[in-house]
Amino acid sequence: MTGASGAGTKVMTAEQVAAGLESGMTVGIGGWGSRRKPMALVAAVLRSPVRDLTVVSYGGPDVGMLCAAGKVRRVVAPFVTLDSIPLEPHFRRARQAGEIEFTEYDEGMFMFGLLAAAHRLPFLPTRAGLGSDVLRVNPELRTVYSPYGDGEELVAVPALTLDVALVHLNRADARGNAQYLGPDPYFDDLYAKAAARCYVSCERLVDTADLLKEGPVQSLLISRSMVTGVVEAPGGAGFTACEPDYGRDEERQRRYVETGRDDEQG
Amino acid sequence: MTSRADVCVLACAEAFRGDGEILAAGIGGAVTVLAARLARLTFEPGLLTHDGVCLLTGDVPALGRPPEVVEGWLPFRDHLWLVLNGRRHVMLGASQIDRHGNTNISCIGDWARPKAQLLGVRGAPGNTRCDPTSYWIPRHTPRVFVPRVDMVSGIGTDRGACDLRRVVTNLAVLDFATPDGSMRLASTHPGVSVAEVVAATGFELTVPAEVPVTREPTAGELDVLDRLDPGRAREREVAA
Repeated sequence: MTGASGAGTKVMTAEQVAAGLESGMTVGIGGWGSRRKPMALVAAVLRSPVRDLTVVSYGGPDVGMLCAAGKVRRVVAPFVTLDSIPLEPHFRRARQAGEIEFTEYDEGMFMFGLLAAAHRLPFLPTRAGLGSDVLRVNPELRTVYSPYGDGEELVAVPALTLDVALVHLNRADARGNAQYLGPDPYFDDLYAKAAARCYVSCERLVDTADLLKEGPVQSLLISRSMVTGVVEAPGGAGFTACEPDYGRDEERQRRYVETGRDDEQG
Repeated sequence: MTSRADVCVLACAEAFRGDGEILAAGIGGAVTVLAARLARLTFEPGLLTHDGVCLLTGDVPALGRPPEVVEGWLPFRDHLWLVLNGRRHVMLGASQIDRHGNTNISCIGDWARPKAQLLGVRGAPGNTRCDPTSYWIPRHTPRVFVPRVDMVSGIGTDRGACDLRRVVTNLAVLDFATPDGSMRLASTHPGVSVAEVVAATGFELTVPAEVPVTREPTAGELDVLDRLDPGRAREREVAA
């Protein structure tokens, strides 16, 4: 079932993934808000001794849980939300207590940071952010002027280069080819390409030959050349949405907000 | 019988008049989503509307109903591309808004250590720089309409906004049709006085000599609205 077992297999456990992380690393986390977050991998990080992480994320409960556990030095994000519950309680508390540093970007700037890193460029220019307080609160941001006739001033979004990316997809083979079957790829391929090492968890490991049985070739989002390790983790998105395998568990998410914990994981 | 919520939805829908074949994006909730769909089904048939996730719908379903026809796919990455491309008019929300239409959804208080962390700037900086933008503010109070916002998320007319069209509240419609791009009272909703709007606004508002009353929906528009929202979810979103 795990395909070319033996040669080329990258199958490992969530604990082995977490053990490969070091304090102070920059970790990108795929998904969006409370959608297809690699919560099984995040839970393993919570149980590990690492700390002082820089977490790069279209943020959801991944960011909240890591903040609550004191794992985070800095969050890089355009938002942190649980979607059906707009405000993430642990991220809020950490910000209001002054416990974490925050690099707050516009959503499009954030995408360009990932795109720059994926293409190994130092930055990409964009209009998003100009005129806003994003430039005030991130004084390290620079602008550039178009070298062409228009001379337009643009924000130079620095590459969001990652030490490690953690993503959760629907299916993967043992060598790390990973497939999404839901309606939206989010930005998981960009996280994989922006990172020195990418770990993929999946709902189900399948033979390479079976990948196209459930989705078209366009659903093969991440190539094994980008992947260091694969973890089979059924239910590995926790209470976040992982269509078509399951939707968001709203009741479990509500309990998380009320108690500050997700009892079924971590 | 026309309700205040009906008037608000129509006033939001009017923001999309003349937009043609671009995405009319509501930020969620009932009023902005209904507004885009009402505009498409009545006076602005070229508009594109979405299902709130990532489908462009070929038909125009009722609130909370899936589409029967899909005409396009708009995952987040393409949504962010569309923001930069500009063929999109979004109706955003705001926790604070100032006289020039600068808005804040990020945090209340000093950004370095906020009193209340809110969502974060989300896509508001890019939206307002690159796309026509309007606002729906269901509770018009001096706590929202402030002299100065704590963290400029969406940019105003004094900071290079692309095209701020209108601000619709539970009391009035406001726009920026003044020489310096500051906020002007464009109309008051039926039953609301100019003095009420001025008292609910925490900065100096330009008030023309004659302030019209916001247009009420026609019988045909009300029929469409009732089909789109038979459960009247819109009523629960509008402060009395």
